Amino acid sequence: MNSGTHASVMGNRKNKAVVETVAQIVFTICAFFAVLAVVSITLYMIISGTPAILKVGLKEILFSTEWMPTAAEPKFGILWVILTSIVGTTLAILLGVPIGVLTAVFLAEVAPRPLAAIVKPAVELLAGIPSVIYGLLGIYLLNPLMYQLERLIFRGSTTHQFTGGANLLSAVIVLAIMILPTVINISETSIRAVPAGIKSSSLALGASHVQTIFRSILPAARSGIVTAIVLGVGRAIGEAMAITLVSGSSVNVPLPFNSVRFLTTAIVSEMGYSSGLHRQVLFTIGLVLFVFIMIINVVLNKILKKGADDNE
Amino acid sequence: MANSKITVENLNLHYGENHALKNVNMEIADHAITAFIGPSGCGKSTFLRCLNRMNDLVDGCRVEGKVILDGEDIYDKRVDTTLLRKKVGMVFQQPNPFPMSIYDNIAYGPRLHGIKNKKELDEIVERSLQGAAIFEEVKDRLHKSALGLSGGQQQRLCIARALAVSPEVLLMDEPTSALDPISTLKIEELMETLKKKYTVVIVTHNMQQAARVSDDTAFFLVGEVVEKNATSEIFARPQDKRTEDYITGRFG
Amino acid sequence: MNKDTLYVKRKRPTDMLLLAAIYISATLAVALLLGIILYVFVKGIHTVNWAFLTTVTSARKQTTGIAGNLLNTLYIIVITLLIATPIGVGSAIYLNEYAKPGKLVSLIEFTTETLSGIPSIIFGLFGMIFFGETLGFGYSLLTGSFTLTLMVLPLITRNTQEALRTVPDSYRTGALGMGSTKWHMIRTILLPSSMPGIVTGIILALGRIVGESAALLFTAGSDYKLPKFTGAFGDNLAKLAHKAMESGGTLTIELYLQMQKGQYDNAFGIGCVLIVIVLILNLLTKLAANKLRRE
Repeated sequence: MNSGTHASVMGNRKNKAVVETVAQIVFTICAFFAVLAVVSITLYMIISGTPAILKVGLKEILFSTEWMPTAAEPKFGILWVILTSIVGTTLAILLGVPIGVLTAVFLAEVAPRPLAAIVKPAVELLAGIPSVIYGLLGIYLLNPLMYQLERLIFRGSTTHQFTGGANLLSAVIVLAIMILPTVINISETSIRAVPAGIKSSSLALGASHVQTIFRSILPAARSGIVTAIVLGVGRAIGEAMAITLVSGSSVNVPLPFNSVRFLTTAIVSEMGYSSGLHRQVLFTIGLVLFVFIMIINVVLNKILKKGADDNE
Repeated sequence: MANSKITVENLNLHYGENHALKNVNMEIADHAITAFIGPSGCGKSTFLRCLNRMNDLVDGCRVEGKVILDGEDIYDKRVDTTLLRKKVGMVFQQPNPFPMSIYDNIAYGPRLHGIKNKKELDEIVERSLQGAAIFEEVKDRLHKSALGLSGGQQQRLCIARALAVSPEVLLMDEPTSALDPISTLKIEELMETLKKKYTVVIVTHNMQQAARVSDDTAFFLVGEVVEKNATSEIFARPQDKRTEDYITGRFG
Repeated sequence: MNKDTLYVKRKRPTDMLLLAAIYISATLAVALLLGIILYVFVKGIHTVNWAFLTTVTSARKQTTGIAGNLLNTLYIIVITLLIATPIGVGSAIYLNEYAKPGKLVSLIEFTTETLSGIPSIIFGLFGMIFFGETLGFGYSLLTGSFTLTLMVLPLITRNTQEALRTVPDSYRTGALGMGSTKWHMIRTILLPSSMPGIVTGIILALGRIVGESAALLFTAGSDYKLPKFTGAFGDNLAKLAHKAMESGGTLTIELYLQMQKGQYDNAFGIGCVLIVIVLILNLLTKLAANKLRRE
């Protein structure tokens, strides 16, 4: 062992090794938490959503349109609800994305630098506003306006069911505003990340600033903007609290001035007082929503990857 | 000078407080290659960018004087810069193709100026790629991404892209400094062909390149044109001592 | 070749239209978003006073107070972060320092991405059945915290990963070269250097927690009372601990309920408080991010 002045390299290897192994095991377990979580969530959504499917029938639930869960002979058709979520999200995207992307263009390319420096942090701040606040303003400010509009448009109509302003259009507007911060922030970052050489080349070929923006910069920022849209879609289709009081309370065909139910608002509004089969069907609605989200995530991410690969 | 395409009169440029170009006077010959040489930071690239007004895009840049192209001062208030840049094209140091197909890269310029007819575009694309001596290499992959080309090919693509709008003057800012020797040679050969149809002005920090390729050379130092003459004269019989010092490698 | 004159300023109508669209969109978006913050703040500020913040709603006295909700929010923040931070940081350490690229790492990263894309209401449903019923925690702050842990986990993992990535490899090899073990190196070198990034992740998670509502509605419930404190310290401590097992509504939940009841004054008051909290958190994030950049 020790011979005079030489230091031994035989250390306390056993103890250190134990600590090392324990540390590594702990970290590995932590990492697999995410896997565990996703697996558990998927499992539980399926387990809790299936009983109603077995009792009522998949076709009956997905494709029929009458929703009367508390009637003597209950009906559990959610076709209108599914369509409302699809139509509502699509309209919110069609409204919010162009405004968001153009605003990002303004911040990154058009605005004078001091203005952009103030506005950008303000928009980032807005990304953190809780959803319920959007709902609050929706019900306090938007609905009354909608009601006025409704009375104007359907004046004298005998067939229209007046909603007091809580309808699909109100919900779409709230959703579109909610996704603005996300779309603006991510698009703005992508636009700024476009290499300066692209802009110079375009201008040197005789393009105007506007032409350069729309023909070379935005196409180059395409993948970031698609990411922004994907995140916007995810936010819109999963939003519940902001639109529950603003979208109405009946299951209806998704027309702009109809009182409607989304997949999310159906769950939030009815879970509190539901029981038995009704409650189980609400979980089935949750399962349908879950499947939708998974499909959107996978499909849109595949499109993203394909788009990026095409440019390699 | 006979056949002078561009005449520069008393050009002064300020970047904020910095007087970057001082009293530049020059004539640039048509159908010839003019080279700007000089040490780093001497203003040669800045001056080049005055010729297509790309300096307008720099905050705080102020230009005084005249740049007369075919009898018209390009700094006149009435000038439409997009038309100017159609007439005076530019190729940059770093190849920067758009992230699109080769075809779309070349067709970008013509489409800007309103050409939509597919046959016409096809013809322009082929002609431009021929003009940049790269058509044979890419003719079977026109609709694939331009980013898949090598550095030298991308630069020739950028030249083709600039040619597609039928310019009369071609400005090249250190076009081969980011490329390997073989690509550099190919592009230098290309320049010989180009000067027959266009007026070419190149900025280069490589003196040997200037000596090989250009007809006239201007030597810049600290924002001034020290000397401009036929290339053979500048390199064989420089008139100013500073020119001689630079050429013989005493500094730079 | 034609010699067109350059002395012609072309007006492009499409350019003008597009530019107008840009200006209109930007004005609309910014005005709306800033307007929202200002409106809620101005409308709610007169409801917010000392009594509002420090008392509990009393039907008997006909007063409204959000002290209970503030405490609930605090509980959920603390418990969630206490659980999520170690797991998130541990995850990031595994992914960055131990794992070899391959199927396993892709799986973990894929599931972390997926987790961050699941909407809060699904987490709420899961939390309700799993933590609430299967594990038996019922409607409680614990149930809510466990649910939110899953939601903020990706945030902390991702931010920590980024922070770890910015630590130069030379630090690692330097430490190991001096005879340090891996865990020792992580503990003494990596974690301290990544602190700003980790802190940023925590603040972002905090913001997410404060703003969350759908995931808490069916997990933490809506109770708004404070524990009744007696003189005995041990007794109070026990009450505080037991509170975690009881249901409790956070600020956002209370806002929602007030909104439902049409009590807009109270709703705006709570909204005002929430906005101030979000503003402060945002400033903190910027400070942390600046510290990161300076290093």
